[in-house]
Amino acid sequence: MNTLFDKIWDAHIVQKVDDGPTQLYIDRLYCHEVTSPQAFDELRNRGIGCMRPEKIFCMPDHNIPTRNQDKPIEEPVSRHQVETLVKNAEDFNLSLFGMNHPKNGIIHVVGPELGLTLPGMTIVCGDSHTSTHGAMGAVAFGIGTSEVGMVMASQCILQQKPKNMRISINGTLGKGVTAKDVALYIMSRMTTGGATGYFVEYAGSAVRSMSMESRLTLCNLSIEMGARGGMVAPDEITFEYIKGREYAPKGEAWEKAVTYWRTLHSGDDAIFDKEYSFDAADIEPRITYGTNPGMGIGISEAVPTMESVDEAGRTSFKKSLEYMGFKAGEKLLGHPIEYVFLGSCTNGRIEDFRAFAQIVKGRHKADGVTAIIVPGSWSVLRQIEAEGIDKILEEAGFDLRQPGCSACLAMNEDKVPTGKYCVSTSNRNFEGRQGPGARTILASPFVAAAAAVTGRLTDPRDFL
Amino acid sequence: MKKEKFNILTDSCIPIPLENIDTDQIVPARFLKATTREGFGDYLFRDWRFDKEGNKIESFVMNNPAYSGKILVAGKNFGCGSSREHAAWAIADYGFRVVVSSFFADIHKNNELNNFVLPVVVSEKFLKNLFESIANDPRTQVTVDLPNQTITNNVTGESEQFEINGYKKHCLMNGLDDIDFLLDNKDKIEAWEQRQTE
Repeated sequence: MNTLFDKIWDAHIVQKVDDGPTQLYIDRLYCHEVTSPQAFDELRNRGIGCMRPEKIFCMPDHNIPTRNQDKPIEEPVSRHQVETLVKNAEDFNLSLFGMNHPKNGIIHVVGPELGLTLPGMTIVCGDSHTSTHGAMGAVAFGIGTSEVGMVMASQCILQQKPKNMRISINGTLGKGVTAKDVALYIMSRMTTGGATGYFVEYAGSAVRSMSMESRLTLCNLSIEMGARGGMVAPDEITFEYIKGREYAPKGEAWEKAVTYWRTLHSGDDAIFDKEYSFDAADIEPRITYGTNPGMGIGISEAVPTMESVDEAGRTSFKKSLEYMGFKAGEKLLGHPIEYVFLGSCTNGRIEDFRAFAQIVKGRHKADGVTAIIVPGSWSVLRQIEAEGIDKILEEAGFDLRQPGCSACLAMNEDKVPTGKYCVSTSNRNFEGRQGPGARTILASPFVAAAAAVTGRLTDPRDFL
Repeated sequence: MKKEKFNILTDSCIPIPLENIDTDQIVPARFLKATTREGFGDYLFRDWRFDKEGNKIESFVMNNPAYSGKILVAGKNFGCGSSREHAAWAIADYGFRVVVSSFFADIHKNNELNNFVLPVVVSEKFLKNLFESIANDPRTQVTVDLPNQTITNNVTGESEQFEINGYKKHCLMNGLDDIDFLLDNKDKIEAWEQRQTE
């Protein structure tokens, strides 16, 4: 007890239901177009409105095309879903940052950058990567659509309290090793379900020295080992990031908020149900070889052998390798790839574009590689232009698109064709995630850039 | 949504003995564009059931007429990945009332419960034996008794207790959902908000 998570959770308890879940008050509900329409209908069917509309923010991100956002969406079903969100936001009197709005982008990129996500908050969204917001020192987790309806109706959710886990990463990250590699490393050690039932606090010197963008990447991937959420205790880096953002507290309210936020850390006497500790020096740039994010290796390592997999998991392991077209025990360095995707709520922030540009600068996209380069928000795109990164990308043969979720889950037209390999900075390498039959290799922006200029899986440290 | 009450169910099973079945497999993202809850059963395990041309993949268990029933049995860590409730809607719409596994991902488990589908967590041993029973005889029947919180493999006679909190059990047995509960507790919510301003 007395963990960072407990402090925020306990402060939001409305009541504990007898032999049941906790009724938790929610400070912020984010809605996108895919997981909200049925929740709005639920309210309509009951003849009720949103209890606290001022605490709800809507933005479409999953379906929207990454070109010509000033024009209506061509694909009728996607257009209908996005238009439904616009209508619902109007009908229920909610804030909306629609397609092509200067504040639009991927919810998990926009929330922190606008100062809508703040330390100490409880935040939910019908999206598993809501865990991202925990990087600001918030309790943030993904929920289903029925639960979205609950929060709209009552500003509360019924939830079993997860257990506490602390993962410490100590030491200094090596050259070319990013928060993405740290997350992929932790996942491969924990497996894809290893943190199910837990809320994770990331700690240790390597995390403390991470930028806000890196912490957002780290927390974003918590769900990929099953954790409900991940969080980092807020500190000067957090406060510096938030200060002056549009929705952040100002003046006297700012001073008061920071005083409170400074109390948001696990006590010296905090008890965690599970603790893990990793050494930053053990982590190299990483890639995945299989069809869940826990199936990862260091870029110089080989795919595990069949013998190293426990018996119950061998059928799934074999199916994964068949899907990916890889062999057990094979090294993947030098393996040809056809697609590269830079973007998503995992790696669609300014730091990710700086990293990608650092490698492609003065080089050129390899022939035969299709690159899908998508900023996480309009704000990120404006920063890319302000820093001249757009010019670097253009000279290297890369075409910068408009913001959205894009090829992370291929709900718009940005898809990877059947059988093609894509080095992707996104979060999931599930079968068909980037399009039916697509073969996804998850990696950092550095690894993606190195692959983009060579057309092969390449160690990015060769270019840094 | 049909708030179909749950009590005792005895039926045969459809087995998918794979681990880490993610919600992208249960319903691929391209089918998430609907704005209603209906009809998702057609998309359940779509890319395992049908090829690109829409032809049935005969080797997949759901296309094998020997297997039927309202009970889905799957390997550990069922429903990991995306929070999409469409996965639970697809399972319910296809006609399943129970999913049996040794381990469920958190969000998906809640989504099943909120759609009156009962997730039953069993031991690794029970699951292994159940897969074996079904492999030997696809007509293998299982009884799920919610009031007594037991699941029984009617071939081997093996029986186990399963966990569910008293609140959710009451909801499932009586066809009640969480919004009903929360709307009845509005005074407590307003009292909490009031305390924050003091």
